[in-house]
Amino acid sequence: MSPRLKSGQHKPSAGKLKTLWFEDVSEGDELPPLAINPDTRQLVMYAGASGDFQPIHYDKDVAQKAGHDAVIIHGALKSAWLAQMVTDWIGDSGWMREFSVQYRGIDYLDRKICRGRVTGTRTEDGAGLVELELALEDEAGEVTTPGKAVVELPRRDA
Amino acid sequence: MPESSTITEEMRSHIGVESTPATYEVSRWDIGRFACAIGDDNPLYADEVAARESAIGGMIAPPTILRSFLPGASPKPFPEPFAHILDAGSNYRFFHPVRVGDSITVVRSLKELFTKTGRLGEMLFKVQEITYTNQLGQVVATQETTTITFGEPDPESGGTLVGTV
Repeated sequence: MSPRLKSGQHKPSAGKLKTLWFEDVSEGDELPPLAINPDTRQLVMYAGASGDFQPIHYDKDVAQKAGHDAVIIHGALKSAWLAQMVTDWIGDSGWMREFSVQYRGIDYLDRKICRGRVTGTRTEDGAGLVELELALEDEAGEVTTPGKAVVELPRRDA
Repeated sequence: MPESSTITEEMRSHIGVESTPATYEVSRWDIGRFACAIGDDNPLYADEVAARESAIGGMIAPPTILRSFLPGASPKPFPEPFAHILDAGSNYRFFHPVRVGDSITVVRSLKELFTKTGRLGEMLFKVQEITYTNQLGQVVATQETTTITFGEPDPESGGTLVGTV
């Protein structure tokens, strides 16, 4: 069980943070999509924050020498966006237990959209668990980065 | 499956060997800088009052910040057979939040090596497990990461892998 979701310890959320209850989620539900409009500046900021200074992410010459059209987005930044979509959805009372991403395609600096869908719900040792399928799409609608997550949500009856 | 000649005994000897532990103290500033870089305005990462009044009870870091707590060096360098590297993906398990003031120790070890042949020619897949432990001895998360290396060694790069991880 999540350290955060012990029975009886649930507190109402503050301000902007909302509570998503396990009982209010069903298979097939879609998460609010997260739209991203990345630019080189963000890649530089991510390089600085993450310590990944591979120039392929901010130096066009290096990217082109490596066979790309332009600078490419850090895989881990794409994973951060997918994770954000999930944590935005679950609010402060949910907990993302598992999160996986697969980088199947190169992403350039076009508009991206993160999508998520509930693929199953179950209870395990009293915890309300929700399984999610995630996808980051590029402007052409191509899924370059599929993923999965398992989140734990508070139960009204717990 | 036939044994690949790319994977040498020396490479296999790296399986299970742990990197030198690297420890990161997590400041409010680190969290703010990371959240800002990924463009995430969740109040749990920025608003001390809102975070304190929330179910989580205080400021925490975005889950993927762990990625920026880079593991230390391995006791001996892995004999890279190829010149280019790609990140194939990650599989995280999160057990506890990372909070302001935490001290996170990162240890990486090689779990698995295998090869595949595809569009890029022969590729070496490296599956590594990274464990993140806080100052209380709690494992806050694990990350299983898969990287692919491929392509002829490039004498110009002096053995440095070129690509994206």
